Amino acid sequence: MQAILPLPVVLPLGAAFAILAMAHVAALKRLTTLTALAAVAVNLVLSFLLLAAPDGRLFVGGWGAGKTLGIEMVSDGLSKLMVLTVNMVALAALLFAASYMRHFRAEGLPAGADRKLWLFECLFLLMTGAMNGVVLTGDLFNMFVFLEVAAIASYALVGFGCEADELEAAFKYLVLGSVGSAFILLGITILYALTGQLNMAQVASLLPKVGATGPAVLLAAACLLGGLALKAAMVPFHAWLPDAHPSAPAPISAMLSGVLIKACGVYTLGRVLFNVLGPSVEYGGVLAAMGAVSMLAGVLLAVGQWDFKRLLAYHSISQMGYVVLAFGAAAVVVSQGGSRTVASLLLFGGLFHMFNHAVFKGLLFLSSGAIEQQAGTRMLKELGGLARRMPVTSFCCRVGALSIAGVPPFNGFFSKLIIIIALAAAKLYLLAALAALVALVTLLSFVKVQRYALDGEPEGKAAGAREAPALMCVAMGALALICATAGVGAAFLYPRLFAPAADALLAGARALAAGGAP
Amino acid sequence: MSQSVESERPDRGGMTPIVQNTARIVASFAAVFGVYIAMTGHISPGGGFAGGVILAATGVLIVLAFGSRYTARIVSEPLCHAADAAGAMGFLVIALLGFVAGGFFVNFIARISPGEVGHLFSGGIIPWANLAILIKVGAALAGVFLALAAFRRVGIREEL
Amino acid sequence: MGTAIYLLAFSVLLVGLYAVVAKKNVIKVIVGVCVLDYAVNLLLVLVGYRSGGKAPILTPGEPVADFAAGAVDPLPQAMVLTSIVIGLGVTALMIAMALRLYEKFGTFDLNDIRRLRG
Repeated sequence: MQAILPLPVVLPLGAAFAILAMAHVAALKRLTTLTALAAVAVNLVLSFLLLAAPDGRLFVGGWGAGKTLGIEMVSDGLSKLMVLTVNMVALAALLFAASYMRHFRAEGLPAGADRKLWLFECLFLLMTGAMNGVVLTGDLFNMFVFLEVAAIASYALVGFGCEADELEAAFKYLVLGSVGSAFILLGITILYALTGQLNMAQVASLLPKVGATGPAVLLAAACLLGGLALKAAMVPFHAWLPDAHPSAPAPISAMLSGVLIKACGVYTLGRVLFNVLGPSVEYGGVLAAMGAVSMLAGVLLAVGQWDFKRLLAYHSISQMGYVVLAFGAAAVVVSQGGSRTVASLLLFGGLFHMFNHAVFKGLLFLSSGAIEQQAGTRMLKELGGLARRMPVTSFCCRVGALSIAGVPPFNGFFSKLIIIIALAAAKLYLLAALAALVALVTLLSFVKVQRYALDGEPEGKAAGAREAPALMCVAMGALALICATAGVGAAFLYPRLFAPAADALLAGARALAAGGAP
Repeated sequence: MSQSVESERPDRGGMTPIVQNTARIVASFAAVFGVYIAMTGHISPGGGFAGGVILAATGVLIVLAFGSRYTARIVSEPLCHAADAAGAMGFLVIALLGFVAGGFFVNFIARISPGEVGHLFSGGIIPWANLAILIKVGAALAGVFLALAAFRRVGIREEL
Repeated sequence: MGTAIYLLAFSVLLVGLYAVVAKKNVIKVIVGVCVLDYAVNLLLVLVGYRSGGKAPILTPGEPVADFAAGAVDPLPQAMVLTSIVIGLGVTALMIAMALRLYEKFGTFDLNDIRRLRG
């Protein structure tokens, strides 16, 4: 079964290059969308297969078995959860994009010019393939390479429309992302200099022998965690996100906010913290502090926003703060020898919230794209009464808004509740109170969104809005369905998805150790 | 504020005949050198990427000497994209063929007929991978340069 | 010799970082990012150095054990090759974006390229 481990990475990459060739052959040009959709759909099927199969690891090229020179691909609980999340949201976004990009006003070209659609799909598939690579690899430098591929594809996609705002946002994102990547590479360099290994399991087992708390390791950890925090848009490295996510086309915003900051940011933070560096009070404390500050700053900055997509972008910072706070608190609990149940509960809350956020933030960005395309604006004050003009879209938007606000029975309520309860159980009462406060302010913010955008009478630009095309509605509806069922189905999902993932993190340095394949 | 730069430039035919004749001679040698660097990547420094960069630099030399319009007729954007895709797909095919010998990217040729150190025909799939990367990187970088040069040809619009 | 060269490479990194943070011209910021990448690549190659070591090219007839004992570490060199390629991709994208930015805004000054607020 582990022979299929490279496939979720290879398929989208191969399809991207196939599309690049197909786009110049007139007969095949129409098939590019189908190729892209097929690649991501097969990826989703593969992720379900991986989920059903036992954990596996594979040394690419047969370079394993005693030699530690090979690149290892790992499928443990956490990887399976992430692969599923990434491919699920990617399929929904691609379905949405197949219809959305046809009407996207591209620079200098008449609306709906197909010329750019294949470019979009090629870049999208590169980003998806690279994200699959990030979550499936067990080698530090390989993770960096896939991080970079996904990041470069996303830089190009953010500036896709080539309007002035988009270019400015893309350039800023590019520069800050490059600085973050340089620091990640610096951290990996120092770790390699200390241990002579790049394999995550090997580094984890060798680090205690070279002094896990020495100054060199602290510098490596600072560089690595700092760079990854920039990818996850934690305060104070968040400055790129409020510009980049609104400026991108809607399906790309959904991918960026929904999976990129998770697969490339929060997942790698958790992996490096627990499975490579080993949880300690210092690292955990710093992460928890960053998470708490991000939580608060994100939501306070979001409250005053009137641009729908910018509001959603600030909420992304806040919600990722929840997850990073949970990870940091779990690291602190584990390193102080606290109760394993509490740490496991914290990790469950964080991972569940990561999964939920991917789904409902993706849904919200997709619906904001539909609204923007139909109503011609995304300023909340100019919208109104969309519930009457666009019933399906506003229903899905409402589901997403209620999920992120933490209203039962949607999924956001359960994951936030678990995080708050777990923080209280870990005796971090102040942080639990802060999390509850932030949840309240999020609710406030989305009540505002619903009141201004969805409810009331159609007025102004919204009066001319019609329902979004069918394909877009299907994509939004699928995500809304997952929002509605993931919460109440938590008891079903827990043993299959989240418990193995939490265990993979808690196993710490031993998790990725070469134990042979089952 | 910013004027059209087009009107101030001479005819975009490139450079003087001396440069063009020299480039004509040098470009062929440079291209061969690039391919040599790529194909002996497994026995001496170099490899696919370095060879591809040299090949692309040959393309840049031709663009500089003969002008972007002339070069764009020979090395057009669809050709660059097609070669790019062909190189990448070739690399993927080599990797997937490794399943013949047991896994992804396994060096199946080396298992069948391992060569000797220092010989050109050794190393298994590595020379083939170098070839694929040569084609891909050469085409991609040449395409990038042509895209930027073509954009430059459009000129700076006076705007805002 | 050992520490001094690491400090030198690190100071190049700081120069690159200064250019990215403090400069207001788009082209200078691009140069800063490139210098930052160079510095990190330099540090990566330096990690593999072994004093008195030879280039890691196996000549025919050389015993592998002697080679492994005498050559510098080839793995950082492979990593740096990959990192250089990544840096090349980012640089190309940055330059293309800078060209487009000039077309849209008419200037390379970052103080004027500031439409997004809030």
